Amino acid sequence: MKFNSVFDIIGPVMIGPSSSHTAGAARIGRAARHLFGQEPEWAKVHLYESFAKTYRGHGTDYAIAGGLLDFETDDPRMSQALDIAKEKGLSIEFIEEAGKAPHPNTTRIIIGKGDKQQELVGISIGGGKIEVKELNGFELRLSGHHPAILIMHNDRFGAIASVTQILAKYEINIGHMEVNRKDVGKHALMVIETDQNADSDVLEALKASEHIINIANISN
Amino acid sequence: MFRTVKELVELAEQNNISISEVMICQEMDVKNKTRDDVMKEMDKNLVVMEKAIEESLAGVTSVTGLTGGDAVRIQNYMSTHTPLSGPLLLDAVSKAMGTNEVNAAMGTICATPTAGSAGCVPGTLFAVKHQLNPTREQMIRYLFTAGAFGFVVANNACISGAAGGCQAEVGSAGAMAAAAIVEMAGGTPQQSAEAFAITLKNMLGLVCDPVAGLVEVPCVKRNAAGASLAIVSADMALAGVESAIPCDEVIGAMYRIGKQMHPSLRETGEGGLADTPTGRLLKDKIFGAIG
Repeated sequence: MKFNSVFDIIGPVMIGPSSSHTAGAARIGRAARHLFGQEPEWAKVHLYESFAKTYRGHGTDYAIAGGLLDFETDDPRMSQALDIAKEKGLSIEFIEEAGKAPHPNTTRIIIGKGDKQQELVGISIGGGKIEVKELNGFELRLSGHHPAILIMHNDRFGAIASVTQILAKYEINIGHMEVNRKDVGKHALMVIETDQNADSDVLEALKASEHIINIANISN
Repeated sequence: MFRTVKELVELAEQNNISISEVMICQEMDVKNKTRDDVMKEMDKNLVVMEKAIEESLAGVTSVTGLTGGDAVRIQNYMSTHTPLSGPLLLDAVSKAMGTNEVNAAMGTICATPTAGSAGCVPGTLFAVKHQLNPTREQMIRYLFTAGAFGFVVANNACISGAAGGCQAEVGSAGAMAAAAIVEMAGGTPQQSAEAFAITLKNMLGLVCDPVAGLVEVPCVKRNAAGASLAIVSADMALAGVESAIPCDEVIGAMYRIGKQMHPSLRETGEGGLADTPTGRLLKDKIFGAIG
């Protein structure tokens, strides 16, 4: 089921005006920021369908900027996020796309700093709830309501087992797990939603594990 | 975990508990939290709702100036007149609109189930409260009952205007409020379901056509409609009126109607009231002729 908590319905507490176009958009921006692991220097934000048509009236632009600045949905600075981003040297370009998207509230956020770049596709499915659909070309499904660990790894046998063993050792329970790959034997992405937040010890242990390339942690 | 209103009502009846209790137990189970945790978390939302209403009754205006001040206007009218629609109903209207005025003014609100429809549930709660004199726990339970019904809609249909039009937002919100009023007034779980169905049936087909793509016109006044319909439907259900079409089928109809709605009527700000001469004029005035 898409929604599993009453607080998806009664909530979030947020700065207006729209749960899907403001709170949801902020959460997508924040997910992008967390996966990137640092504040980006630039962002290109592609907006589709309803997002593209109403983003200025609904504050989708400042909400995504706020998310990229790591603001929560109820951060009182939310409506000034565009100015704050400018002050901090984060340049954001919004691009209204005319094409169709799988969901009417879709955004593709490309962010970068130095030689690092990340591309994320997120959708806002109502009431502030979001799903991250794509990361750097990998399709995935991430609710944003549980802590999650994203692990880019080599597509080799044993890679998954070594990760789950480490999580078991640190008593972290897996609620949902997916593995995606573009080509057999090359890079793959493990998406693990967990019941507990993974602390730095766990992340270090995972990073040290064989076949692991990159790790992003989304704590809750 | 319940998936339908039928299952929700059956769970309540079989265990001889309220809808809110079913929702509380499920939340404890899913999130592995104590009752105290879950109740406290909801109490925080209740505090936000209460503050938003207080803020609105002090008077707010949106950034664009399109909305604000109507909640106060209605309260002033009520202090000098006996409203034709009755003091409780108009109080709910004022507080529902007030919550959305705060939302439009970029204040802090609690989405129920969305920000654009955030007025219906608290607006009705803080109005019926004066007649039903609930305890704090009963007020928190009101939100769980509303949430239980919204949970079914979100999982079987949709709660966003972009996906299903305003029927999915204010329609769902008003119907959730109706179900919650019934429980607070001492009605049965099935009567909550009837009130929900009656409200949503009367919201079917309502499009999302916000002027200039803002969450102001007609959103604020649609919350007035959602809140008033909720109270009327709750009274009907408490009187024993039943919906000929079962609740889950009404939700199914809402979903299909949403699918059939043209994209210009689903939160794009292109059709309906947004596409009236005045709607277009307001958009030009706010965003400039290019927008």
